[in-house]
Amino acid sequence: MPTAEFLSRLQFAWVMSFHILFPAFTIGTAAWLAFIEGVWLVKRTDLWRDLYFFWLKIFAVAFGMGVVSGIVMSFQFGTNWAGFSIAAGNVVGPLLNYEVLTAFFLEATFLGVMLFGWKKVSDRMHFLATCMVCLGTLLSSFWIMSANSWMQTPAGYEIREGVFYPADWWQVIFNPSFLVRLPHMVLAAFISTAMVVGGVSAFYLLKGRFVDRAGAMLKLALAFLAIVIPIQIVIGDMAGLKVREYQPAKLAAIEARWETASSVPLALFAWPDEQAEANRYAVEVPHLGSLILTHSWDGEVKGLKDFPRDERPPVKIPFFSFRVMVGLGLLMLALALVGLWRWKHGTLFSGRGYLKAWVVMIPSGFVALLTGWWVAEVGRQPWVVQGLMRTSEAATELPAGSVLASLVTFVVVYLGIFGAGIWYLLKLFRDGPLPAPQRGQPATPVHGSRARTPARPLSAPDDPMGD
Amino acid sequence: MDWATVLPVVWFFIIGFAVIMYVLLDGFVLGLGILLPFADDEDQRDHMMNTAAPIWDGNETWLVLGGAGLMATFPRAYAVVLSALYLPILAMLIALIFRGVAFEFRFKAHTSRWLWGVAFSVGSVVTAFAQGLILGALVEGMPLTGGKYVQGAFGWFSPFAVMTGVAVVFGYALLGATWLILKTEGRLQRIAFDLTRPLMLAVIGFMLMVSAWLPFLDSQLMERWFTGAHMLWLSPVPALTVLDAVLLWRAVLKNREVQPFVLALCFFALGFIGLVAGMWPNIVPPSMSIWDAASPPSSQGFVLVGAAFLIPAVLAYTVYSYRVFRGKVLAGEGYH
Repeated sequence: MPTAEFLSRLQFAWVMSFHILFPAFTIGTAAWLAFIEGVWLVKRTDLWRDLYFFWLKIFAVAFGMGVVSGIVMSFQFGTNWAGFSIAAGNVVGPLLNYEVLTAFFLEATFLGVMLFGWKKVSDRMHFLATCMVCLGTLLSSFWIMSANSWMQTPAGYEIREGVFYPADWWQVIFNPSFLVRLPHMVLAAFISTAMVVGGVSAFYLLKGRFVDRAGAMLKLALAFLAIVIPIQIVIGDMAGLKVREYQPAKLAAIEARWETASSVPLALFAWPDEQAEANRYAVEVPHLGSLILTHSWDGEVKGLKDFPRDERPPVKIPFFSFRVMVGLGLLMLALALVGLWRWKHGTLFSGRGYLKAWVVMIPSGFVALLTGWWVAEVGRQPWVVQGLMRTSEAATELPAGSVLASLVTFVVVYLGIFGAGIWYLLKLFRDGPLPAPQRGQPATPVHGSRARTPARPLSAPDDPMGD
Repeated sequence: MDWATVLPVVWFFIIGFAVIMYVLLDGFVLGLGILLPFADDEDQRDHMMNTAAPIWDGNETWLVLGGAGLMATFPRAYAVVLSALYLPILAMLIALIFRGVAFEFRFKAHTSRWLWGVAFSVGSVVTAFAQGLILGALVEGMPLTGGKYVQGAFGWFSPFAVMTGVAVVFGYALLGATWLILKTEGRLQRIAFDLTRPLMLAVIGFMLMVSAWLPFLDSQLMERWFTGAHMLWLSPVPALTVLDAVLLWRAVLKNREVQPFVLALCFFALGFIGLVAGMWPNIVPPSMSIWDAASPPSSQGFVLVGAAFLIPAVLAYTVYSYRVFRGKVLAGEGYH
């Protein structure tokens, strides 16, 4: 039987990889909803209100899945990573606690007003609730990225008898890589959402449905991506420089670089062989590695052989994940640039091939986000706190049978639950942004409803919202 | 008295507050799930879930605060308790997943609507039972060897823990029934009224059983309850519990709508305080005290500054949201 530590790592990777997609999508969708509602408040046209209610339902399903998988995460550190909790709880615990206090309550409480309060509060109050939820998602990413960045580039701590003590909270929170990794993550979330918005719009345009709504959304998504993807590439480059400075072994793994050298090439493809400490089938571009990684023609990049074998991360996962992430980023950029060109020439909505490319690329933001996360997390191995605490010291001493049972349960349950969730999301997308019921106009009757109660001021003339 | 002595006490109360808020607020939502099979049809089940749909998420967040708060301020207790109770906590988390997604999925599904009702119901029962097991295991005490729990994967299993597990299921059901009395009218409210008194009898029965069982458990909790001065300051707890039970019984008899819920909350809180007060000053009975488990004052103080401002703010907008959704919830009311 595999060790409990290995099973715990698999379990963490599994629950984390599922979990991260939903908060990322809700970060993007919350901002998108705040934008739509803001426009509606100014313009007051049906189009924007219908769009708001459409995306609100999508948001609600994604948020629900984010919440339940997030609760699992908040207990994982104690159940499977007791060593980490005892050693680093003093530092990481307060950051996570601030996340709950500043973000989770804000999101969860105002989500109720957002979903159910349309007829119970004023328009402005409802908009405020949407903004609060959006703020909550951003605050949440602030704290979680701070905690994670601290594990990548620890600062502001002292170690006494194997336990981390906070020495300077400012340094802990604003640790060296945080201010680069936070925008990288938030923009990744925005980009993933914009890919969904644009792709779904392209799908409607292909079908000739909701043409006005889909056209407006596609243009917005396109304009957003054309501006943000270049910014994301610059920030990604800055993140790379931080990795070179603070986690050279991770950088060597990303590049599958074995020997320290100057003027290194960039491997477009290779099959890293960790036993032989060499790459097979390498396709390389000379000098490009140095240029990208060091911003100079002949800059030096450290190789994996400079690190003892037991301090090297696995090579294949960071190497391939990184290439998938960057490749998808460039494809998304190309999609946006071609779109701008077509927009300028008035052919944005007419090319079926182009619209199909959008539909195919709907998941690309999420895939890039996930692979980016694997680069960051697998690349940090064998450390849980870079250079200071090993993952093996972090794991709880559990009976392997318990962890195996939990791992199998999580795999089965997550596939079932999140499979169903994605099914319902697809169903909502298929239905599309139908006209939302208006105030004072009877909606489709809901079975068993006894509408109208004079007790609530705003609800007197209307029926429950239904679809 | 220095910070290292005072701060753990403050945090013991804050985390106790978070846990009791969770138990009361998510308790009645879990209670709805436990009572779901007693509804007449699927529309009534929708109605039951809609009474909590706008607020369940905020309620559940108190659990996350309890967890994250424990990690930040008592990391050793967090690590020991969660890893020792690995299997019941796993069961609770999985059950919470089913319970939580049911709120969204049930209204998006058509043919499988009943299935998410089952997920909501079974999820609620298992969550409640697992929480009762965890409570029972803590009350009984978790012996540590060299700061570690070495009783294996099923060390927490005992007849007493199973009983507290069942007791919590009935307790939450009582909270759920009185919540329905408050939030609904007509047939559904009648069902809730009819369920309340048998549930009360069951809960009183369990409280008596726990009290009678405690002396035989040889847990540190008994010492706390029955030695000298403690008995004096703890004595209002059972007295108030009896008074509360009488008032609750009468309120239900008189078909009152608000009082039963408030009194059921108090009833539950008193029972809970009774057990937790017995643990003091240990956070993991019988031997790990709050001072053994505490993170340093630099950590506890840092979070306390935020908590002092943020917990009142959280309470304020929680109250706001309950005010927005006050009053009866009608059948078919939702955003779906």
